[in-house]
Amino acid sequence: MSETPLLEVENLRISFPTRTGVTQAVRGVSFTVGREKLGIVGESGSGKSMTGRAILRLVPPPGIVTADRLSFQGEDLLTLPEKRLRGIRGRRISMVMQDPKFSLNPVMTIGAQIAEAYRVHSSAGTAEAKRRALEMLEAVRIRNPERVYGLYPHEVSGGMGQRIMIAMMLIPNPDLLIADEPTSALDVTVQMQVLAIMDELCSSRGMGMIFVSHDLNLVASFCDRILIMYAGRVVETCRASELHAAKHPYTRGLLDSLPRLDDTRAELPVLARDPSWLEG
Amino acid sequence: MIDVRDLRVTFGHGADVVAAVQGVSFTVREGESFGLVGESGSGKSTVLRAVVGLNHDWTGSIAVAGAAQSRRREKGFFKSCQMVFQDPYGSLHPRHTIDRILAEPIAIHGLRDADARIDRVLRDVGLGPQFRFRYPHQLSGGQRQRVAIARALVLEPRVLLLDEPTSALDVSVQAEILNLLKRLRAEHALTYVLVSHNLAVVATMCDRLAVMNRGRIVEEMDVDALRRGAAREDYTRQLLRASQGYDRAAADSFKDFA
Repeated sequence: MSETPLLEVENLRISFPTRTGVTQAVRGVSFTVGREKLGIVGESGSGKSMTGRAILRLVPPPGIVTADRLSFQGEDLLTLPEKRLRGIRGRRISMVMQDPKFSLNPVMTIGAQIAEAYRVHSSAGTAEAKRRALEMLEAVRIRNPERVYGLYPHEVSGGMGQRIMIAMMLIPNPDLLIADEPTSALDVTVQMQVLAIMDELCSSRGMGMIFVSHDLNLVASFCDRILIMYAGRVVETCRASELHAAKHPYTRGLLDSLPRLDDTRAELPVLARDPSWLEG
Repeated sequence: MIDVRDLRVTFGHGADVVAAVQGVSFTVREGESFGLVGESGSGKSTVLRAVVGLNHDWTGSIAVAGAAQSRRREKGFFKSCQMVFQDPYGSLHPRHTIDRILAEPIAIHGLRDADARIDRVLRDVGLGPQFRFRYPHQLSGGQRQRVAIARALVLEPRVLLLDEPTSALDVSVQAEILNLLKRLRAEHALTYVLVSHNLAVVATMCDRLAVMNRGRIVEEMDVDALRRGAAREDYTRQLLRASQGYDRAAADSFKDFA
């Protein structure tokens, strides 16, 4: 972790007004991210994805986002005019979504999409953008970049699609990457390879990363630090290497309920949810 | 209980033909729980769909409960063999109540005492009678998967084919469903074939497993060997390695298996 954090979040709250009252998706979350890999873990509905989206002001209406502080390298992301925010979104903070099928434009070639991502954020010309796009495809270990450059998204596999997404998000050379379940649609071996690419890019460029996932074991082995979220709150923060020694009963319960390869337990322990966790 | 010999399944015609399953053979004994593992495109779900009669274009032989199966299944077949699908959001009719969903197989097979059967099967899967007249959208993912299991069990089959039954669920809910499936197998003396990409799930649920890659069975092993990590084939070893969390060095050493 570095001295000055890249991102500071204090008392983040996200609520959605509905017919039956206001639903609070995120209820007072605080954390900082430096040049490190921060994991956010939780089950569906824990608010982990919304937290990631709120950083880029991508919470869909009618969601209401408030925070005591939400700043990226000293700039207040909550009050920044939309025009200035566009200078940050995609360029200095970029986001990889879960499913490449829905994130890539189906009627544009892969190369054109990556080159566009570069040109929007720099003054480069077409030839320069193409050269950079090919370099980037190579950096995410796509074997034949020239061929893939001209393909359409439906012509590539899920694993390759996800690597293309990562290439597109990394081409403006961001300081912070928010990855929302970037590998959960992938096979385990491809997942490992994609993570290795992101890991390498993090360490070689000194990029910070927020890795949102539901997979405890994966986050524990990949990230530096972990936030565990439950019902819109952070219930526990720990170093990734110390996850196995987690103290909160929710974290413990989640870890116990995971089936293991060396399992000989006749029955998996079932998580008994304690209403007091909602307040913790 | 299930005997599959030299099963081949192809999709498409002419130049676009894809051989999804290329000569798969395995046997599942009565009361056994058998796992089929592999990555996407390995053909594991296709094998299951061929066994239950959802894929028609296959060659080889499939025998279930001692009866050789043709491409078309008799109605009676489904009384002994039922399937549970991966996605509980997609596999239940959104405009039918749970009662109607569970009553349909009973009506198709002309069984009596539908009322008592539905009541019993709902209790069996841990949902009380209060769920009977609800719609699927009023249930959580775990509850829907329980309904899908109830629908499979309402005909009192002997074989249950499970296609990734928990991969759409959160881990805490996954534990509940896996426990339920284990209990049901013990109580009803069921035979399971479980398809999963998750080796740990197979390790807790199954007695034996087959690892598939590109339409072929790479290796068959019992679950003790899996727990010890005693795989004979490189492909299985790589799969085992990849499911034990992120490891930079291991990721670099991965290769493609043709």
